[in-house]
This record gives sequence, C-alpha cells and structure tokens, in this order.
Amino acid sequence: MRFHFKTDYDHDIRLFPDWWNFSLYAALLAVMVALPFVISSFYLGEVTNVLIWAIAGLGLMMLTGQTGQVSLGHSAFMAMGCYTCVILMEAGVPFVAAFVLCGIITGVIGALIAIPALKLHGVYLAIATLALAILADDIIVILSPWTGGVNGKFAPDLMIFGYEINRWVNPGAWYYMALVVVLVVTLIYRNILRSPLGRAFAAVRDSEISAQAMGVDIARTKTMAFGISCAITGLGGALMGLFAGAFNNETFNFLLAIQLLMMIVIGGLGFIHGAFLGAIVVAFLPQGLSILTDQMGRGFNIPGLEMGVFGLLLIAFIIFEPHGLYGRWLKLRIWLELFPFARRDLFRRQKSYLKTERLR
Amino acid sequence: MSLLELNNVTLKFGGVTAVNDLTMSVEEGQVYALVGPNGAGKSTVFNMISRFYRPAAGSITFDGHDLLKLKSHEVPQLGIARTFQNIELFDRATVLQNLLVGRHRLRRTTLVEEMFFVGRARAQEREHRLAVEEVIDFLDLQPYRNQMIAGLPYGVRKVVELARALSTKPRLLLLDEPASGLSVEETQDMRWWIDDIRRQMGITVLMVEHDMGLVSKVCDRVLALDGGKKLAEGTPAEVQSHPKVIEAYLGTGAISKTANAKGERV
Amino acid sequence: MEFMQLLLSGLANGCVYGLVALGFVLIYKATEAVNFAQGDFMMLGAFVMLGLVNPQYMGMNFWLAVPIALLIMGALGYLLDLTVLRHMFGQNQTAIVILTIALGFVIRFVTGAIWGHEPVNLHSPLALGDIRAFGVVLSLADIAVIIVTVIMTMLLWQFFQRTKLGLAMQAASQNQMAAYYMGIPVKRVQGAVWALAGMVACVAGILYASKGSLDISAGFIGIKAFAAAVIGGFGSLPGALMGGLIVGVIEPFAARYLPPGYSQIAPYALLILVLIFRPHGLFAQVRTKKV
Repeated sequence: MRFHFKTDYDHDIRLFPDWWNFSLYAALLAVMVALPFVISSFYLGEVTNVLIWAIAGLGLMMLTGQTGQVSLGHSAFMAMGCYTCVILMEAGVPFVAAFVLCGIITGVIGALIAIPALKLHGVYLAIATLALAILADDIIVILSPWTGGVNGKFAPDLMIFGYEINRWVNPGAWYYMALVVVLVVTLIYRNILRSPLGRAFAAVRDSEISAQAMGVDIARTKTMAFGISCAITGLGGALMGLFAGAFNNETFNFLLAIQLLMMIVIGGLGFIHGAFLGAIVVAFLPQGLSILTDQMGRGFNIPGLEMGVFGLLLIAFIIFEPHGLYGRWLKLRIWLELFPFARRDLFRRQKSYLKTERLR
Repeated sequence: MSLLELNNVTLKFGGVTAVNDLTMSVEEGQVYALVGPNGAGKSTVFNMISRFYRPAAGSITFDGHDLLKLKSHEVPQLGIARTFQNIELFDRATVLQNLLVGRHRLRRTTLVEEMFFVGRARAQEREHRLAVEEVIDFLDLQPYRNQMIAGLPYGVRKVVELARALSTKPRLLLLDEPASGLSVEETQDMRWWIDDIRRQMGITVLMVEHDMGLVSKVCDRVLALDGGKKLAEGTPAEVQSHPKVIEAYLGTGAISKTANAKGERV
Repeated sequence: MEFMQLLLSGLANGCVYGLVALGFVLIYKATEAVNFAQGDFMMLGAFVMLGLVNPQYMGMNFWLAVPIALLIMGALGYLLDLTVLRHMFGQNQTAIVILTIALGFVIRFVTGAIWGHEPVNLHSPLALGDIRAFGVVLSLADIAVIIVTVIMTMLLWQFFQRTKLGLAMQAASQNQMAAYYMGIPVKRVQGAVWALAGMVACVAGILYASKGSLDISAGFIGIKAFAAAVIGGFGSLPGALMGGLIVGVIEPFAARYLPPGYSQIAPYALLILVLIFRPHGLFAQVRTKKV
C-alpha cells in the first residue's frame, strides 16, 4: 500500500498521484509505441480498431458517465463527424485541418441539438436520442448530393504534411495516428475532469437541485457536455469511417450507438479506463467468438451470435458488477492491498428503493 | 437597508397557501431563525429565496438586488449559499470535489483553458484548493477529504453540506435544519460553528430549526411562522414567551427545551 | 375512397403499435422501468405461436394454441423478472434501460437460433379472408386486430383503475418502500406485471403475424411503439393506444403524400416534436418534483 503525503496543492491537481503511477503509464505508453515492431499487421489493425472505439467511447463516457445523460443516438454524431471530415477533405481542406474541424463542427451541432433536449430526463432523453439515431440514416439518404446516399463514399487518401498514411501500405503509421488522437483526447478528458467544468458535470449528474444552489447553470453545463461529447465521438466516427475505407448511410446505424453505450457500461461507467476496457471487449469479441466456433467444427457462422453474447455479457455486468470491468479491477486491487484483512461484505451494495418523481 | 428583505410575499400550491403575506428582513451580521411547526412554510421561504419557487405576489431583495429577476443558478452569484433539509450532496464524488463545486461561482477560466489546462487554469485550481482546505480545517473534515459521499455517516454529510455552502464564500448562509438528526455532541459542534461563521467570517445566517435549545443559544432574532403566516418576531426569549407562539407551536404546555430538542425530521 | 383505405390500414397497423405500447406502459406504470425489449417480446410471442400452430412444428389447432402461447409468454415474463429484473430492484432507470436493450439482443439471438432467420408465415385463420364494402378492402386480420386491441385496452384500463392488484401495482411503482410498509408484496406484484406484459406482447405478436410475414427483426417495431407510447404519454394506457393509432395512421399517409425518403421520417419527427413541446405526451398532465 502506498501512502500519499501531500505537501502542496499541486498534489491533488497533478495528472499522476505519484512516481509509481506515472511510471506505470509511461511503461504502457512505451509498449504501445513499440507495438508495430512486435505484432503482425493484422493484429495491429485490430489494436487500431480498439483505439478508435475507445475514442468514440470516451465521447459518450463524457456525457453518460460524467454528466449522467444517456444517449442512444451517438451513432448519428459519429456519422456527422465522418461525413464532415470527408466532405471537407474533398473540398480541398488538408486532412489534419479537416479532422480537427470535423470535431469542432460536430461538437457545435451536437450542442445545438442538445438545447431542445435539455428538459428531458432519463428514459425520455434515451428515446429522443434513439429517434435521432434512426433519423440520421434517412437524413443521409435525403442529403445524397453531399453524402452519396446509399452508394456511400470512399475515404480519400490521407496526407499529413506530405506523408501518406494508408492502412494497407503502412499500417504502423495509421496506428500511430490513432494513438496520437487517443492521447490528445484522453489528456483533454483528464483536464476537464480536474477543472470546474468537470466538477459541474458531476454535480449535474448527482443532484441538479443542489448544483443550481451552488451556481451551476444546468442548461449551459448540459449543453457543454453534449458539445464536448459529440465532438469527441465525431472524431471517433471520422477515424472509423476513414479506417473502414468506405461507408454509406447504414455504416453508422442506431445499433452502433447501442453497442457504444453497452461498451462503456461493460468497461465501467464514469472511468476513463472503462472506455478502453470496453473497447477491447467490443473489438476482440468477434475474433474470440469466431475462434471459438472454429474450434467447435466446420467454422459455421451463427448470425446474431455476437450481439447475443454481447447482450448476455452486459446483463451479467449490470446485475453482478454495475461498475464494469474497471470497477471489478478496483475491488480486486483493494482486496489485494488489504490481504488478508479484506472482509467478505466490504463491497456490499446498499439496499436501495426507488421513489418516483411522478405523481400519477 | 437590510441585507435580505421579503415584502408581502405570498405563495400558493394549488389551493393551499404555503406562505401568506410574509414580511421580514435580515440585517447584515445577524443570525436569524425561522421556527414553526411542520408545514408552516419555513423551507418554502428558503426555496423562494433560492428561486426554486416563484412567489405569486410580493418582492424579495438581497442587498438591493431583486432576486425575483434571477434564475436559481444566478442567486449564488450574489453570495447566497444554502444547505438542504434532506441532504443533497453529490453522492458519487469525494468530499473534496463536493467542496470544489462550491467554488464554481468563482470560475474564471474558459473552456479552451480548461481543456488544455493552460493559462489561468492551474493558478485558479490552486486558489480553489487553498480556499477549500481552509474550510476543511475549519470544520475538521480532514479525515474524510478523499472519501466518497456515498459511504459517509449522516452526521458527517450534514457537515459536508455546511462546508460546501461555506466554500462558495457567501455573504448570506441559509441553513435548513442544520441540527436535525444530529447527536447531542454534533449539535454542540454545530452551535460553535454557527457562532464562528458569524464572528470570524462575518457571514449573515438565516436558518430553519426545530431545536429551540440551539436557536436560543445562537440566534439574535427569531420569527415564528404558522400556516404560512407570521406569528411573532423578536429575540428568542420574546418569541418563546409570546402567547400566540405558545398556543400554536408549542401547545398549551410549558415551554421546555427538552421537548423540542429531540431533533425531529420532516 | 383512397383516403378511407389508407386510414383503415393505418388504424390496423396502429393497433399493433398500440398493443406493444400498452406493454411498455404497463411495466412503466407498475415498476417505473421501461422495457426496451417489449418489441422483441412481441416477436418472441409470435414465434411461440408459430411453433405451436404451423404444421412443420407442432401443428396444433389455432384456437387451442392461443391460450397455451399466452401461458408460455406469461410464464416467460415472470421468469425473466425472477431471474434478471428482480436483481435490478431499486436501481435507477438508466441501468434498466440498458439491461432491457441487452435483453432484446439476447431474445433476438435465441429466437433466430430456434426458428431461423428466414421470413415465415403463421397459419392463422385470421389471415385468410378479405371484406369488401363501400369500395374499401379490409382483411379479416385487420378487423380482428382493431377489435382485440380496443377490448384489451379497456380491460387493462379497468384493471388498473378498479382491481386491488392494479392499484397495488401503481402504489408499488410510486414509492417502493412505502408500498412495502403498507403490506404490498412489491416484488411479487412486479413479477405479475412482467407476466402480464408478456401476455400482452403475445397477443400483439399473434395479431402481427396474422397480418403478414414474420422474421426476427419484427421486434424493431418496438421502436415505433415507443414513439407511440411517448406521444400518448408514458403513464397512460388509453394514451398509449391513441399514440399507436396516430403513428399507424401517419405512416401510410406520409408514404402516399410525401416524397420518398421523407415518409419514414414522419413518426420520428413527430416523436421529437412531442418530446420538445409536450415532453410528457399529448394526453398527460405535467407535474414536477418537490424539493
């Protein structure tokens, strides 16, 4: 067990509480940087996929995990990010600028869409955003002149300062690009969490009434949460579309949004680590299942198996470990640190009763 | 001019008149208590000052500002902080984070500064933490500073709520039943704290409290309410001996501190 | 005449939406949870019926199979509550939303594994005849759907207003702890509600399958039923039916009079408008929480 003797206020502000913690993450980063030299390009592609899912997941995490607003419509913002980025590139904007711009545009539009949704709570917000995700498909078809409709679009060549990044020619470069985006997004996420805005998010999540009494403007805070969340998810969507190479109106359907939400729940709501752990599950589950069915013989393919297993996993997590994989890890760590003094019901959940806010 | 003035304030819920033509004023530096039986409209007065409810008639001013023109989240900007009767803390955050939310009204950074933690962001965080640590020291919350609210005992939560309100650097502090549910020792602490808040920090306090023992020890002025109407106003001793108060609030029996010191909760 | 034809077929479709929406509202009224899997319940109910009736499976008599299918779905609803949902007792709505979405995926997967992924037809006596009158063609199934839906709604509504169990269900949802103290067996009441919702879903499924072909993606009409429930106001049974009818009627008219591409949007656009301007539905009174 490590003890923290705090001698100045920066201790609480720092990104890493101590040297040990810092070196762990530095080691992880070193491994990530060395990865292209170690594993095959197929698995490198899979890891890139994990990183992309993690970016999109971090976006939704900001909204659902930090601010407590459920969205079943984030696939719409992934689509928006992706289409904006590609349309900008086709208009001659260099890739790096187009990529940053698509995040900003998606964020602004997300914040604007949030304004009428501010009054909605819980289930109503979930339904409204779900409708948005379903509408996105039709809207892309209606906007065919720009989006290519059902025929879709192909991702243009990616050039960063004259250096071409191609998934098939140099997968390592693609991987590094995704890694840089992940690092920047994670840093921004952490910074927001240690700033007044991040605490305002938590305040809105836990008690809107007392947040107001502390001077937090609920409407503004929720709008900001939507904006930032949509911007990050838009970046994830842009990367996803570019990585896939081609996309159309059905690439970003509402099932993707649901999968994204399930992903962050499995990973652990409200934790940055949760988005990454969830992304690993989402990206590797199909691989794992296909290996498993291969071994069961004849390599047969069961349609819907992936979503079915995913659903079962999720049910198990919600019932037995609502804090997700990361929550389970935290408990394990505490148990190890206390060993052998951990009590059996150390983590017992408090019994809770539901009291409605509706009067009829 | 008084710090807080309510003039002829009336509020109705459907057919029920919760507050009826209430006029009161709190002077700077006072500790002022609202007393009265359950349902007398005490918390409703608080909720009108916090702008959760809008009175049907009358005016509420704070230091010359018309509170009725403001939205709920703008009220704290003037320097009004409050606690809640049924503790409303941010359960999934630590004590420290809860108190830091209290500093929200003093935020000066822009979104971009916070996203990249540049410019004023770091200096501002240090400043916030310095202020919050002072409150933690004042209220002896050091053992709990990094604990989640969800696991804390009731008495501690009550103190955290007070601490969060103090973190906003208020001029007027609204305390909704600060001693309800507290043990005798905790109530004793609360009494010293309220005294110190007034003396050392120069904060005006308006509180709702059932514990007449506490009220008579810390308050300068007391206003008794019943059925949304003012029954009596004056020093604690005056109000406690006022015949109408004895009849409506304390019953016809003798005025005893113990009878009301049991800390009833609504 | 074209107008009448569109209206009637819209009403018949709307009744199915309404029935699924009734399932949502039932569970919402009694447990404060929202069952995103209700559409998949309906799909499963239809397949259970198909398994009983169709010749390649059990080949039972249709009318004999109806109560059996209802019983199976009721039992399934109860079992689901017992095994899964009871663990969620007292948890917040969001967790239950995500849980039921996952449940929908599992139901779809299991159904696909048992009955396959090809569209199939239920051998239903309702699926045979047409009635022609005043230049309007109405299938027997459409008429049956309308009649059954109206009866079901009335029955359920009366059940909630009048019977002891119905009132207990409402009480249990509004304040679980208080309901406990008043001697209402909250958990058992919840089980009963899920069973009931399973049966309602089964009725909807049988009617849906009588109207046309059936495959495992049928459950997605749950989303339209959702729109219906919200439009009607989530807490109200007649509201759910009305919402269903509105969505059902809008669809054929939008398909007829709007340019292609815009017609699918209509129900969702209405849903979003309702959520913005009357967040608690067209037929509900709005009240807010007291501090």
